[in-house]
Amino acid sequence: MRSTSQNGLRLVWVYPDLLSTYGDQGNVLVVERRARQRGLEVSRLDVRSDQQIPTSGDVYLIGGGEDRPQRLAAERLMRDGGLNRAVANGAIVFSVCAGYQILGHEFVNDLGQRQQGLGLLDVVSTRGEGARCVGDVLADIDERLALPPLTGFENHQGVTHLGPTARPFARVRFGNGNGAGDGFEGAYSDTVFGTYMHGPVMARNPHIADHLLKLALDVNALPPVNDQWYEALRNERIAAATQPA
Amino acid sequence: MAGNSEPLSPRAKLAVTAGRAAAAVSKAAGRGSGSVIGGKVALRLDPDLLSRLAQHLDVILVSATNGKTTTTRLIAEALRAAGPVVSNALGANMPAGITSALAGGSDARYGVIEVDEKYLAGVARDTEPKAIALLNLSRDQLDRAAETRMLAEKWREGLTGSKAVVIANADDPLIVWAASSSPNVVWVAAGQEWKDDAWSCPSCGGVLQRPGDDWVCGECGFRRPVPSWALNGDYVLDPHGAAWPIQLQLPGRANKANAATSAAVAATFGVPPQVALERMYQVQAVAGRYDVVTFQERQLRLLLAKNPAGWLETFSLIDPPPTPVILSVNARGADGTDTSWLWDVDYTRLAGHPICVIGDRKLDLAVRLEVAGLDFRVCADADEAVRISPPGRIEVIANYTAFQDLRRRVGN
Repeated sequence: MRSTSQNGLRLVWVYPDLLSTYGDQGNVLVVERRARQRGLEVSRLDVRSDQQIPTSGDVYLIGGGEDRPQRLAAERLMRDGGLNRAVANGAIVFSVCAGYQILGHEFVNDLGQRQQGLGLLDVVSTRGEGARCVGDVLADIDERLALPPLTGFENHQGVTHLGPTARPFARVRFGNGNGAGDGFEGAYSDTVFGTYMHGPVMARNPHIADHLLKLALDVNALPPVNDQWYEALRNERIAAATQPA
Repeated sequence: MAGNSEPLSPRAKLAVTAGRAAAAVSKAAGRGSGSVIGGKVALRLDPDLLSRLAQHLDVILVSATNGKTTTTRLIAEALRAAGPVVSNALGANMPAGITSALAGGSDARYGVIEVDEKYLAGVARDTEPKAIALLNLSRDQLDRAAETRMLAEKWREGLTGSKAVVIANADDPLIVWAASSSPNVVWVAAGQEWKDDAWSCPSCGGVLQRPGDDWVCGECGFRRPVPSWALNGDYVLDPHGAAWPIQLQLPGRANKANAATSAAVAATFGVPPQVALERMYQVQAVAGRYDVVTFQERQLRLLLAKNPAGWLETFSLIDPPPTPVILSVNARGADGTDTSWLWDVDYTRLAGHPICVIGDRKLDLAVRLEVAGLDFRVCADADEAVRISPPGRIEVIANYTAFQDLRRRVGN
């Protein structure tokens, strides 16, 4: 087992210089806050793309970014190799949008070329032909994860197809998600997660942050915290997704 | 030269008259100032009207993510020392609004024009400006705007071969990339507190090294140019090394930066810094921004902040705790409908202030502040937020449509 309890929780925010354009660093802030509220010690490490990815982290968070930064991030993560080693050690990775695509086998970059990803998720992403997917989303998270419905904001042109070893993270009720026509949103496999949802997604779905904490700590339950404002926001955004303007 | 070219053609005159009529009707119907509808009508009758109107003027364009309305106003005030000025002072900054503003200033010598970032290249082509001021570029309305770096790239293409003097911020790498294709650039060290959209080299994608105020790409060598003008605390340094005190009624570092850039623009037209800066002091509020209004026996200072860079600059100018702060955020079309950007703003800077949140998206603000570990109250509206705040000064920070709502409720 991992030695989380001895050293506190080690959070790694991957490449904020390239993949922190759409507010996704909120995911780091929410995970950090909810860990501290449970009395855990937390160290947050922001790793820029000219620095090495440490392999000793417990939870790695990756955000969305623009098209050229996505290409650069994928190149640098491939060269670095640290994220793949961390996952082999059992680390948890949660990725959003451009970061999600990078974790797959391949995606289409800003030059219109197919570019190799890290292969940590059995997915392949292409660029959609239709209009950009922009707006509030409501989806049901995979029942094996036993989490309440997913609310988020999507803003992407990507289409992501799941291979046999990836499970859909959620099934869309309102909005687009992966946009592949199968009704899926995001993907996961063991400890590696990907989603198109911004918002940021943890701010609207604190149960996902708690789920990552439980995985990292290898526990089934966490002490409750006051979720009054998260719940109020969730209710408002779920209503907004079901009644688009 | 300005003011003495051939007069407007009959067609252009007709277009101007029709535009004014449409604007008057729109205004009478209570639909704002009418400048945009007037401009649209006029441009439909004469698509080249903007070029024709601009021919009679020395045109100065101003564009940026933040500060363009204020800087346009400061430049206009400064240039009035040299001759009559026409300007789109109310911030209608797309071609229709610009056309409408210029049509109203037939006797002017200078046209000082704020331009929306997406329209800069086109307006520069139509108006053949003498000068272009470029202040900063950062993330804004990401659900509908072009990517920030792509905007810099479009500016760069659009400005290649321009005859204008480009007055540009040496401290913003994206601005330097956009401006450095121009043959004639005046660099101003105007500062830029927000750095998170320019860690990648705009030229090669390498990681920028940023020791102190300097910046350089470790891979291709693209670097901060040597500025000839600089903002230094409360002074602007001119190219001869003279330091001119900046005294403004407008608050904050960002407005000092806007004044430094404006002084450099004014000097291009022969207005000395001392004269320019004295005239800038006259400016109290710009389209309601920075206005202090009395409401329920409190003094509300109204501050507009539309994106992370704007919020960061605004936090640095508000009065210290225990001055209460009211935050209002909407996510309507003009604001961008995604509120994720709230998480790129460091709200821990508000620690110690009593905080109330209002606006369509007050619950997003509530979660944001909860995670930042701050105390706050969620209020139904501005009335309630003001009522529960102690008497005296209140800082009110709002994004675009939230600011308009606020002015309508509490404005004079």
